[in-house]
Amino acid sequence: MSNFFNKSDLTRQDADKLVSETLNNCDDGELYLEESKSESILLDDNKIKSSNYSSDLGFGFRAISNEVVAYSYSNEISKDSLKNSSENLKSTLKSIKGTYNHEIPKSNKKFYKDINPIEQKTLNSKLEVLNKVNEFLRKKDASVKQVTASFAGEQKSIEIIRSGGESLTDVRPLIRFNVSVMLEKNGRKETGVYGIGGRQSYDDYLKNDNWKNVCEEAYRIASVNLESKPAPAGEMKVVLGPGWPAILIHEAIGHGLEGDFNRKKTSAFHDLMGEKVASEGVTIVDDGTIDNRRGSLTIDDEGTPTERTVLIENGILKNFMQDRHNARLMNTKSTGSGRRENYRHIVLPRMRNTMMLSGNQTQDEMIKSVDKGIFAVSFGGGQVDITSGKFVFNCTEAYEINNGKIGSPIKGATLIGDGPSILKEVSMVGNDMMLDPGIGTCGKAGQGVPVGVAQPSILIDKMTVGGTKL
Amino acid sequence: MVKDQEFLKSKASYCLDLAKKMGATDASVTVGHSISETVNFRNKSLEASDRSDGLALSIETYLGKRRSSISSSNLLDENIKTLIEKCFETTKITPEDEFNSLPEKDLLAKQISSLNLYDETRFENDKKIKYLKDLEEAASSNKQIINTESSFTENKSNFILANSYGFCDGYKTSSFTTSCVTVAKDENSMERDYEFSSKRHLSDIKQASDLGNKAAKQTIRKLSPNKIGSEKISIIFDKRISKGMLSVFASAISASAIARGTSFLKGKIDQQVFANSINVIDKPDIIKGMGSQNFDSEGVNSNTIQLVENGILKNYLVDTYNGKKLNLKSNGRSGGTTNLYFENGNITYEDLLKKNSKSLYITETIGHGSNLVTGDYSVGATGFLVEDGEFKYPVNEITIAGNFKDMFKNITLANDLEFEYSVNSPTMMIEGMTVAGK
Repeated sequence: MSNFFNKSDLTRQDADKLVSETLNNCDDGELYLEESKSESILLDDNKIKSSNYSSDLGFGFRAISNEVVAYSYSNEISKDSLKNSSENLKSTLKSIKGTYNHEIPKSNKKFYKDINPIEQKTLNSKLEVLNKVNEFLRKKDASVKQVTASFAGEQKSIEIIRSGGESLTDVRPLIRFNVSVMLEKNGRKETGVYGIGGRQSYDDYLKNDNWKNVCEEAYRIASVNLESKPAPAGEMKVVLGPGWPAILIHEAIGHGLEGDFNRKKTSAFHDLMGEKVASEGVTIVDDGTIDNRRGSLTIDDEGTPTERTVLIENGILKNFMQDRHNARLMNTKSTGSGRRENYRHIVLPRMRNTMMLSGNQTQDEMIKSVDKGIFAVSFGGGQVDITSGKFVFNCTEAYEINNGKIGSPIKGATLIGDGPSILKEVSMVGNDMMLDPGIGTCGKAGQGVPVGVAQPSILIDKMTVGGTKL
Repeated sequence: MVKDQEFLKSKASYCLDLAKKMGATDASVTVGHSISETVNFRNKSLEASDRSDGLALSIETYLGKRRSSISSSNLLDENIKTLIEKCFETTKITPEDEFNSLPEKDLLAKQISSLNLYDETRFENDKKIKYLKDLEEAASSNKQIINTESSFTENKSNFILANSYGFCDGYKTSSFTTSCVTVAKDENSMERDYEFSSKRHLSDIKQASDLGNKAAKQTIRKLSPNKIGSEKISIIFDKRISKGMLSVFASAISASAIARGTSFLKGKIDQQVFANSINVIDKPDIIKGMGSQNFDSEGVNSNTIQLVENGILKNYLVDTYNGKKLNLKSNGRSGGTTNLYFENGNITYEDLLKKNSKSLYITETIGHGSNLVTGDYSVGATGFLVEDGEFKYPVNEITIAGNFKDMFKNITLANDLEFEYSVNSPTMMIEGMTVAGK
């Protein structure tokens, strides 16, 4: 755990006092202290291209009165700096009065260990793995033209000091290992990318030469794409594979169920609570409590323990995801979904691990039921327009389905759909729920946070596929 | 107050001296300080204020052809010392790379001319609040607007770049940015759109009421959209989307993508890549320009470059490392383009709309559907159906797709270029793309 006060003229007592003084007449707020250490090591084009280490330290001071949030941050933890921030907050909230809500639920559960993954593996052994990846892939065959492999590791320590001196802390490890390979054959070039990660040490993910499996998967995706034909254009049936394709759920449904957009009534879902928004058999949860997952958190960035929030139960909209601010204004409780990228940013309600739960059909049944459509196995990124509800995501591995059989691979195409109605088009839910490999980062209001997704195979009866073949 | 040059210079030379003392053969350091103040409004009242004050330091140390880097926001001497030690230790065990080096000495910027990138005007939060109030009053005076959100950010920054060749320079910049997002609703749909303005000088920011009204009008006209059928159709890209084509082009001609062989424009120098009426220019010395700079992120002098001349690709964007790989000299584009633009075409906006009896006018795209390796492009889109030069009705939940190699050769540009941002384009028409809808 970081001690934020031992190298500063600011003592904990000073901080406690200033926090209480500043937040006395506010509805909520806290001092958030953060220290992060991170590294990134990149092999590219046959060489160790970069090796970067970075350390970051700072605080964010937040005061809330009614609907107004005042925020001030600095990377200088000192008496003067905190005082300046306090003055800044007071000047924004001048004439406003509130009643501080001291209640923060408690839990003893922890979902990951207090480790620093960077220190747990020597730089030399990381370089060795990257070089092995490069050699392994380039030896495969002559079509391998480019290999990129990287390690990213981080340890983030946070402390939240609330009015009255209450302190909440968390230490969060996070790693990611990524491989990208480009193949060239008969003048065509295609890339395949695969990665793994989560909140454990590098070696937890790399043991038993698991890096080889990551290489094989990246190579397989690139090889499939070398044979791809132009994708069809128009409305058709879509079968989604299990695991990572759940970013469809994340984009189509997840963002629209975040508390802020619903409080402001800018989400297409804001007036649908308790209504049927998905086919029967569709249950979606957002879960921060799965051990060692990329999107898991012991406490959120406001100090609330995370939980498993049921968003949609058997087709019915049950809950939004809430931070303290939006929950208070909507007369409900925080779901432990208050997150921020780092101390430079304000807290927003965000997703953690968003999952559609298993049903009882098989992927085989789904494929067989489709005359003409596509089978999407993996995706790049997605995006949503919260207000109109329209969302997209990009296929990185997909196939045609003709007469109940999987056909040729097709080129990367964008799929577009309508959030509030897409889940009503789900006609089959598979029994094969799978978690993603631990690589997702979600962007909102310029802030990136690590997230996870999971789903079984599903059949969507109607979606627009954005190919070029009419 | 943003820290002055003297403070930043003293930190930079402290770092360089320390790195040399430890045995680094070369080193380069960037120290920056930035202060931002943002006010957010929603539905005509104050929603949030945000003040940020951040120092940033990044150092690269070299030991012959070995290199590694560190970055930190903690500028206490004691912390800097620990980090440089760590950086240099890492450098020692990082493998050699023959292309690692500081830029050639004679390419470094020598004279810094004033580009007027700093406006010291302080726009107090109370004034920001007044501005946003006017903006949202204007936006919400439009019927059908049910929600307005807006913000105003004032930023002042200063930086110093120094290296062991004796280069040591930097300058202050400022920016004032205001944006407005509006939501409109009718019996059929709810839609969102936006407008923003970002300038170096406060006096150049758009009138609050103009900005609010524009956002509102752009949102209202999207109400009650239709989905259209799948077909080949000529597509007109609004200026705010057409400039995105230039950003894709810039990524595809970066020396790093070319050297790695991961660009569809590799090996296309002196070849036709755009329609022969197209010229693309990157100009770093526009007075008050949002992308203007005296030198790039390595200290290399940047001059105006014609990237595309009559449709022919003339230059890549070259930095030192990738330049060495390609046997090219850096042209001061480490960190990318500066002020990038298409020169005007020779047809008016009105004539472009009338050029085909039916076309699709795109005002927004979503998704990350640009593949720089293959040139394949497929994104979600919203816009309007245009018939005989007239906007007929709004369109959404469609995708547009094509391949940049073909798209670039089928571009027609209008003559309505304006220098609003760091990347600017006239309105653009591309023929032969596929729309997927119903």
